[in-house]
Amino acid sequence: MIATFTRPGWYRAVLCTVLAAAFGFGIVVLLRVISGLPAMQTEQTGYPQVVVPLITAPLGFLLGIGCFDYWIRWGIGMPTIPDDHSSHGAYSWKDYFKVNTDHKVIGIQYIVTSFFFFLVGGLMAMLIRAELAQPGTQIVSAATFNGLFSTHAVLMIFVFIIPMFAGIANYVLPLMIGAPDMAFPRLNALSYWMLPMAGILFLASFLAPGGAFDAGWTGYAPLSTGAPLGQSFFNIGVQFAGFSSIFTALNFLVTIITMRAPGMTFWRMPLLVWANLSTSLLVVAATPFISGAQFMVLFDRILHTNFFQFGAGGDVISYQHIFWFYSHPAVYIMILPGFGIISEVISIHSRKPIFGYRLMALALIGIIVLSYSVWAHHMFVAGMFSWLRVPMMFTTLLIAVPTGIKIFSWLGTLYFGKIHTKSTAMLFALAFIVTFTIGGISGVMLGMVPFDIHVSQTYFIVAHIHFVLFGGSVFTIFAGLYHWFPKMTGRMYDEKLGRIHFWGTLIGTWGTFVPMHWIGMEGMPRRVADYASQFGNWNLLISCFAFMLGAVQLIFVYNMIVSWRFGPKAEANPWRGNSIEWLVSSPPPVFNFDEIPRVVGGPYEYGIPGARHAIMGGEGAEVPATQPSVVGT
Amino acid sequence: MFSKRLPIAKMAAAVVALSAVIAAVMLSINWNGAEDSTAAPKIDDLLNIEIVLSSIIFSIVVVALGYALYKFRAKPGDESDGEPIHGNTRLEITWTLVPTIIVLFSGAWSWKVLNEIEEPAAHQLTVDVFSQQYAWSFGYPGKEYAYSQGVLHVPVNRQIVFKMHSQDVIHSFWVPQWRIKKDNVPGITTTALITPTKIGHYQVICTQLCGFGHAAMRAKVIVQSESAFDKWVEGLKEKVPTPLMVSVKQDTQTNPEPLEQVEAE
Repeated sequence: MIATFTRPGWYRAVLCTVLAAAFGFGIVVLLRVISGLPAMQTEQTGYPQVVVPLITAPLGFLLGIGCFDYWIRWGIGMPTIPDDHSSHGAYSWKDYFKVNTDHKVIGIQYIVTSFFFFLVGGLMAMLIRAELAQPGTQIVSAATFNGLFSTHAVLMIFVFIIPMFAGIANYVLPLMIGAPDMAFPRLNALSYWMLPMAGILFLASFLAPGGAFDAGWTGYAPLSTGAPLGQSFFNIGVQFAGFSSIFTALNFLVTIITMRAPGMTFWRMPLLVWANLSTSLLVVAATPFISGAQFMVLFDRILHTNFFQFGAGGDVISYQHIFWFYSHPAVYIMILPGFGIISEVISIHSRKPIFGYRLMALALIGIIVLSYSVWAHHMFVAGMFSWLRVPMMFTTLLIAVPTGIKIFSWLGTLYFGKIHTKSTAMLFALAFIVTFTIGGISGVMLGMVPFDIHVSQTYFIVAHIHFVLFGGSVFTIFAGLYHWFPKMTGRMYDEKLGRIHFWGTLIGTWGTFVPMHWIGMEGMPRRVADYASQFGNWNLLISCFAFMLGAVQLIFVYNMIVSWRFGPKAEANPWRGNSIEWLVSSPPPVFNFDEIPRVVGGPYEYGIPGARHAIMGGEGAEVPATQPSVVGT
Repeated sequence: MFSKRLPIAKMAAAVVALSAVIAAVMLSINWNGAEDSTAAPKIDDLLNIEIVLSSIIFSIVVVALGYALYKFRAKPGDESDGEPIHGNTRLEITWTLVPTIIVLFSGAWSWKVLNEIEEPAAHQLTVDVFSQQYAWSFGYPGKEYAYSQGVLHVPVNRQIVFKMHSQDVIHSFWVPQWRIKKDNVPGITTTALITPTKIGHYQVICTQLCGFGHAAMRAKVIVQSESAFDKWVEGLKEKVPTPLMVSVKQDTQTNPEPLEQVEAE
């Protein structure tokens, strides 16, 4: 009986959560009583008796589920339990609900969890579109509406797109570089388990008095510093999501730098690896800024500091500078791993080496360097120092150049290839090129200060971000999920359902987000529950397409679940790829490789007879004599 | 080497034709609505230039992709690989340099337009904009701070210096037909220069999320002749209330001129 609660697992997790919440609550009440204050504080920006447990309870859960066991034993000098690999690899579905150190299990955990939040965030989008189908307020009140779109954005950004890419990379990347696992498997597990903490905090804010956080995902002060309790859920949830992504990024960096198979030089890394290397560099340096921004808001709310309190010497605009110093790089955090996925998919399915591989890798580095110098383009009308607008405009426009290089190089890859479009992954990759080009073009337009002054904070912005995040990131996510589904599950998915899902998603995306550009330019502001009746017809049309877009995602869910269970068995290399993950069985063995592979050439040597990217140790040490280089011709 | 194996002339013709069609359709639509300030036609011209450039870029991508899919699809059952082409340095330099020139040109043109629309004119009129959850009010310093709530009157063809103050959270002042938008930030004064060119009725729309009443935070704008405007201000009975005067006097302006602080009295 006692053992049930001392072993790491769900019983202990529940117990520790309750105890930690009680501890957090108790200490606040105790300190308040000692100080002669009323035990409970119920100002809308206050509620310390709720806010402190919001921090302690998730930590208690992480402790209980077993994320810290090994480190605590080591730290306090107890004999550590010799690792018998019992928490490594999944042998039944139950293993996915435990702390596991296998990068493949963690990858699946990440993917499934973030997809769950995608569905929840998607449902909120459906509610938003239902409300906006007609002018006036019909379904939700204006205050609830603000909470809905704020939570929608936060779920999609912090607990869907960012961790979904982390999940895909978690599964694929160690296999791709020939590593047995990530560099820090226990840290990897902790990163994963922080993710549901963040998601649950965001969703739980609906239960707070005053409703969910409703200051937008941007949470601009002083609207956020004066908002009801739900805002604190956001402030704290972001910390868990942020630490999760920082830890993962550190893990990727160390893994990529130190654990590549022998022979894999930097210029032999697949572009997905390059993409995650660049993304991780962004995450590690930028994410602390949003953590800091949200802590400052939380302190303004709870401790009455004056970071952003204008009446007490605080500076309102500095919030926006700190926030966007993370949140602009964040849009590249949300697209660079997708660029990597598209490179893999396009090269394999057109049976051709990536066109201009080195320039593709350098373009990624160019993007991360530039992306730190463009943040204030979100603030052209914010009232910041006016001279800052012009340099920020030029850096913003210049970032289109490396992005354009990527688009043109993917197109170049297709030429003189043998393009196979039977895979849904390839369809999403091809559609991504066109859709993302639109998002890129509207991005350049927004970078131009005079035009931005007109359309900033309108539906034009909504259209732009959905073109780059849905037409961009989400398309690449679907491409990646379809592409590596056989590898992850050992089963093939249904291409026919995949095609229906693809066409529905493509038409839905364009139908929903193209007209938003028009109504934005014509004068419809964003983040409104009600609007002028002249926009009624367009909004109705947008809503219809949005419902279709939402509905076809159910086909994807059905396809994935049924194929995972009943799909035909997948071979090791269904797409005839060169990179290392295709050299092992589908799904891969628990420890990935019986022998460490040896990398003998570039990752995309299609069309060169006898060329190999990597050989398994058992295949003898024969290296094909004429290894072509990857340098451009 | 590619030029010999690809119908470059035909592809270029397709790009020209497609971009001409897209640009013609896009340019024929008045996207931004009525142009009722001096800034509006300049911003719309900038948009039109960008529409033409974007049509070309988009057409290049679509034609390139379309031709590849038409020409290089694998025949059913063809399991062979494509040609091992790893790149082409000249082509790569081209698609790095040409977009760089295009965006630098767009940037330079934007900078020029920005300077034009923010050029201070002689004979300005200053109007204070006060915003709070969820209402607009306006002060007219010309006549000892006459005050109007929910309705803004301005004379036509005269540059107005809007000095914006917020009492609580950030709001944003936007009249779509004037094309100009500026946040009203608590604690500081922001400025926008607008010269209305047409007599008529408009709306100020709040575009910065400011709470549950955000969508309904509107004010009426009446642009009238100078004489009618003067008469209307004469007739205003109310003075700007003291709490709002405090923010006028604490004018810590950040834009467009450099920071200049006026001591609070």
